[in-house]
Amino acid sequence: MHLAYPAVLAALLFCVGLYGVLARRNAILVLMSVELMLNAVNLNLVAFDVWLRDTLHTGQSLTLFVIAIAAAEIGIGLAIVLMVYRNRGTSDIDRLRDTAEGPEDMTGPEDPEGPAETGAPAKKAEATA
Amino acid sequence: MNGAATTLISATATATAPEAAGPGFLSPAGVEIAFVLVGLVTLGAALVTVTTRQLVHAALWLVVALGGLAVEYLLLTAEFIAWVQVLIYVGSVVVLLLFGLMLTKAPIGRSPDADSGNRPAALAVAAVSAVCLVWVVVDAFRTTWIDLDGPAQGSTEVSGQFLFRNWVLPFEALSVLLLAALVGAIVLSRKNSGDKEQR
Repeated sequence: MHLAYPAVLAALLFCVGLYGVLARRNAILVLMSVELMLNAVNLNLVAFDVWLRDTLHTGQSLTLFVIAIAAAEIGIGLAIVLMVYRNRGTSDIDRLRDTAEGPEDMTGPEDPEGPAETGAPAKKAEATA
Repeated sequence: MNGAATTLISATATATAPEAAGPGFLSPAGVEIAFVLVGLVTLGAALVTVTTRQLVHAALWLVVALGGLAVEYLLLTAEFIAWVQVLIYVGSVVVLLLFGLMLTKAPIGRSPDADSGNRPAALAVAAVSAVCLVWVVVDAFRTTWIDLDGPAQGSTEVSGQFLFRNWVLPFEALSVLLLAALVGAIVLSRKNSGDKEQR
């Protein structure tokens, strides 16, 4: 098999994932795009491992490790997204602008981050829903 | 915009096709035809995943993309990784994503604000990087072939041998990392309920 086929497919998948990471607004859709990028890298690793006929099988073992780390990453990422959703009532990345500098304030009248985690979540969930 | 992206990608694919069919490759092998067809399905599913406006459909198209990648691993004779891909990605990661979509009360139908405002910039970045990467990769590996004959490079026996003969230490470190991730996820999701119980 020509090596360019898996390499080109991996490059295109990576760029599709890159577009998803940059263009999506929902945090879970961003995580899906990150999975696409990781899978593109995995395809590259497997293809080059098979091409080189590596006796240590470095590419395939690294692929297994990347798959396991991706599973851990998606667990932690979803836990963080759920916590942000519980505190803020939204999981849109565009609205998480508390640490942004600059004059513009897209979220409008929103109280600062400090007291938001104790009393405000229920109110805020209702306000945004 | 999406049409432009797909036409761009298909244009690059057709531009690379004649170069890939180099000397002696005017009649591609069956495994190459299967690889290209499954690759087109995978790429199309990935494009629908990042462009659809229905969030649950995005997760379901992600299943198609990841399953297509598992078939590509099988075609590359890495069968153990293919089944690990099916088990972990299709089996657990997509289920986790669907749970996340449900728990954050994602809208079921079309959501008009699935794409953020910097979509043209994202499209430009992705198109430029796609053109650069495809050009570099095709230019570098134009005359390189994978020899798929001989013993399978990633059968289960071979995978077990290299994993537990050469890579035992990273494997064990990875188990510690998975444990830490599990504990971290539990702590992150328990925090608020503990506060509510105290109040």
